[in-house]
Parts: sequence; C-alpha cells; structure tokens
Amino acid sequence: MSRIETFYEVMRRQGITRRSFMKYCSLTASALGLGPAFVPKIAHAMETKPRTPVIWVHGLECTCCSESFIRAAHPLAKDVVLSMISLDYDDTLMAAAGHQAEAALLDTIEKYKGNYILAVEGNPPLNEDGMFCIIGGKPFVEQLKMAAEHAKAIISWGACASYGCVQAAAPNPTRATPVHKVITDKPIIKVPGCPPIAEVMTGVITYMLTFDRLPELDRQGRPAMFYGQRIHDKCYRRPHFDAGQFVEHWDDENARKGYCLYKMGCKGPTTYNACSTVRWNEGTSFPIQSGHGCIGCSEDGFWDQGSFYDRLTNIKQFGVEANADTVGMTTAGVVGGAVVAHAAVSALKRAQKKTQDKVEG
Amino acid sequence: MTDLPAPDPVPAPTGDATAHDLRSLRKQSSIYVYEAPVRLWHWINALAIVILIVTGYFIGSPPPSMQIAEPVSQFVFGYIRFAHFAAAQVMTVAFFGRIYWAFVGNSHARQMFWLPIFSRHWWSEVFFELRWYLFLEPEPKKYVGHNPLAQMAMFFFMTIGITFMLVTGWALYAEGAQKGSLPDLAFGWLLGLVQNSQRLHTLHHLGMWSIVVFMIVHIYAAIREDIMSRQTMVSTMISGHRSFRDDRTD
Repeated sequence: MSRIETFYEVMRRQGITRRSFMKYCSLTASALGLGPAFVPKIAHAMETKPRTPVIWVHGLECTCCSESFIRAAHPLAKDVVLSMISLDYDDTLMAAAGHQAEAALLDTIEKYKGNYILAVEGNPPLNEDGMFCIIGGKPFVEQLKMAAEHAKAIISWGACASYGCVQAAAPNPTRATPVHKVITDKPIIKVPGCPPIAEVMTGVITYMLTFDRLPELDRQGRPAMFYGQRIHDKCYRRPHFDAGQFVEHWDDENARKGYCLYKMGCKGPTTYNACSTVRWNEGTSFPIQSGHGCIGCSEDGFWDQGSFYDRLTNIKQFGVEANADTVGMTTAGVVGGAVVAHAAVSALKRAQKKTQDKVEG
Repeated sequence: MTDLPAPDPVPAPTGDATAHDLRSLRKQSSIYVYEAPVRLWHWINALAIVILIVTGYFIGSPPPSMQIAEPVSQFVFGYIRFAHFAAAQVMTVAFFGRIYWAFVGNSHARQMFWLPIFSRHWWSEVFFELRWYLFLEPEPKKYVGHNPLAQMAMFFFMTIGITFMLVTGWALYAEGAQKGSLPDLAFGWLLGLVQNSQRLHTLHHLGMWSIVVFMIVHIYAAIREDIMSRQTMVSTMISGHRSFRDDRTD
C-alpha cells in the first residue's frame, strides 16, 4: 500500500453507505458532547485524513481494558479498529504472533516515526530490572521506552497505566509503576478505570483523530469531558443522599427501594468518571444502578483506600487497621482521661496547699 | 500575704465587704486584653467549630435513614451538609477578619499568629509552664495575654489547624462546586496534589479530631487556670478585662 487510506475510503470499501457514515459522525459528535456544527467537521476529517497508526502495547494488566474496548457501541469497536485507526500492533488482537508480531512493531515505529499514537494497557514493573513482565524475551519496560521514543502522544488505558492499580497496591512487590512516571517527555492522556468505559475509550480516540490534538485534560491529565464530574454529581440516587435515605444493610428494605449506597461505602463522591451518565454496555447499567456502591476504580490508589464497603479510609500508618474515627476517638479518649486525672491531682494539690497555708498562717 | 500600702481613710463598708476588700478594690488591678473584635471572633469561631464538628461527623457517618416524605420534599442530609458549609463560610470570613485585626488591634491580638522561637526567655517560660502543669512549680507566673504554652497550642491548633481545615475543606467543597468555580480556582490545586480525594477526606477527618482534642485541653486549661492561677481566664474572654488576684509584679 503506497498511501494510507482515509477513514472514509476504508468505510466505503467495507460497504458502509454514505448515509450510515453521516449517522456515525453525528453519533460520535454527540458521544463527545459536541454540537451539530461539528458533524461536518468530523465527516471532513474522516474523508481527508489518513488513518492514524496506533501501537497498542500490553504490560502488567488483565486485558479488561481490551475487553471493554471491543464492546464499544458508539462508535462500534470494529469501526474504530478497522476504519478509524490503523491498529498496527496489538499482540492481543492481531493475527500475527511471535517474531512476526515483533517485526510488525518495529516496522510501524520505523515507518511512522513521530506520527503514531502509543496506547499502553497495563504498566511496567521496575523491580528486578523489569523481569516481572517479559514481552518477546525482553522486559516490558524496554518495549515501552522504545515504542514511546517516537510516539506523537501516549494514551494510558485504564487504572494500571494511569495509576498502577492492583499490582501497584501496597506493598507493590514488583514495583509496578504508572506510565507517566516512566515516560516523562511525551504528552500523556490518562483514561483511568478498571476498565475504562468502552465509549470513553473510543471517544478519546475519535477526538484525537478528528481534531488532531489531545482533548482538554483536567489536573490529573484525564480528558475533562469524561472525567470532569464525579459519579456522585450525576447519580440518579442523589436525591436519596440529600434526603438522608440510605441503604443500611445489603438486601434491606432500603436497598430494594434503591436508596443511596453512601453508607455501604459507595465511592461515588470521590470518583471522577462518566459511569452515571454514559453507563456501560450500550447504556444498560452501571454499578450503582445494579445495587452495589462505586468502588472508585478510576481513582489513584483505589486498592489502598481501605474496604470498598466503608466510607472512612483505613490509615495503615498506625500499624493496625484503623480509620480516622478510631484514631481520633482513641486520642480524644486518652486526652480526656489525662485531663480528668490532671484535674483530680490539681484539686488534691490545691487542697493540700490550703491546709498548709492554714497551718502556716 | 498581701501587704498593701497604708490606706486612706477607709470608707464605710458596703454589704459584706471587709476593710481589706475595699482597700484592694480601689487599686486598678485589671488590664484590657481582648478587644471586642477578638472576643467576637472567639465566640463565633467556637460556635462554628461546634456546628462543624457535629455536622462533619454526621457527613462521615450519616444518621440512621429517615422516612419522613418522598425524597423530593425531604432534605435532611442536605440540611446537615448545608449547615456544615454555612458554618465553614462564616468561619472563613471570621478568620480573615481575625487576621485583619491582628494588624490593627492591640499587641495581644497578634500573639496567636507567631511564636518567638528564637527567644531564650520565651523557651524558659515554656519549660516553666510545663513544670507548672506537671505540679513541679508551687506557683504560676502572671501573664497578661497567653502563657507561652497556650500560645503554642493556639498557634498549632488554631492558626495552623484552622488554616489546614479551611484549605482542605474548601478543596473538598470545590469538588461539588465543580471545575471553573471560585472554590475550584482557589483550592482545586490541592485535589490535583492528593490525586484521590478520598485521602483528603481522611486528612480533613483527622483534622477534626485534632480540634476536638484541642477543645478538651483548651476548656480544661481555661477553667483550671481560672481557679488556680493568679488571674482571670473565662471572664476575660467575655469582658475583655484580665484581673489579677495579687499585685506582685513577678
């Protein structure tokens, strides 16, 4: 192939009508929260721009990001993979294996130097020179650094690449390290979640293709359009929270009525994600809708914030399992006891002094 | 104990007053320490702290579910949170007012904002005060403002403590106020710093307990010193005047 086909050409070649293509553009525009004026822009970009080569590497991970990604409905994952991007290397999805696969990786890097997007699923473990994750006979961290060197931008898929996730949870034996702490000289966009919502993943890719730049990021480098608000801010159970109506036990009357899961440890108030608006599996449901609190999977270090079923975080620094209330109440109790004892001794001293004064005076 | 100078002709006693009472009564033995804005701040702050602790505790561990009406017309937890936010905003404004008064008020209004840690004399008084609290000194010293130990407590638990609670609290409030809001512009950087705001909740919660501990010690020490020291304590924060029980200078 002398020239990379445009998205539109690929779609037409696959028998997609122009009408379907325009529908797809408008759906993508609404998924990205863009106005109707952007539909022709998206269409124009797809008609004229060559597909962006994407290299998708896998470090320490569970492939849940890929599993989520291939279930995207708006746009369909197959459209993204076959039409929008040119997924030149993804050892999980590609047909090639072994040496062929590694050759494809080197080819792509060589061919599209400085123009491809590097998507990272999982993270590199740095302990023991990275030996806890071997790809093609070499530590994953080496593959990551090699692929990142000529990348235009890096997408950190999921909690692993963004924050470290379970393999980086204390005590982190393999020293699993998020991508942005290993690669420091490239624009990195974090798409956290365990896994991220499929539509969020395809939405981010579509945005980057359409506008040829990173979407607006928040303070932590997450796309603001999907991570700008908390689950709590858009939760359909929020009225029960404000009313003070909570599920007290699993399967109690309040749980059946669909009350707020705050007391069951729901992390919705501290979790930035689009679950309560975009939802999962073509907008079918999301954890809170199914009756279980949010576990905060798109937040930094969510494995180390104590139980998924408590609002108060465990504080490990105190050696035992304790939360702010146990620490605080113990301290207040000790101080209160000391004050009472001190008051008693003060009273005795004073009484003693008075008797002495009386004797002397 | 009290060797007062030879009195002028003693006026006729009133009520149960003895001649001795009347002689010491005529000496000016009180100093105006806490000006009205300082006292006002103290009590507004105290009230705000009580409201913030009670509502804040409930926000962390909500009261049992209430079934008063449909959620559209029931706002119990909303009111608890409202009280927390309202008290916090009053506290913020009052704290800024208190800082302003440190500049324009008398010297005692500045005492809680700094520690003279390079003063050998100050440290010797810190240790003296510690010995007094450990029952190793028979008699306390006279202080017009805070004693050095109290100054330390004020500095760490109130000046630093309140600043910490205001900053963390406003950052948490910024989450609800959302991106682009004034709280977010002012304190949202802290959210980026802690990454997961669950950590900020924990820190804010621990801050509350440190203020509870301060309250216990503060109220105990004020009442104890009111009884056992040589000057008034509790009434000083009401009238502003500190009266002394003897007229010795040390």
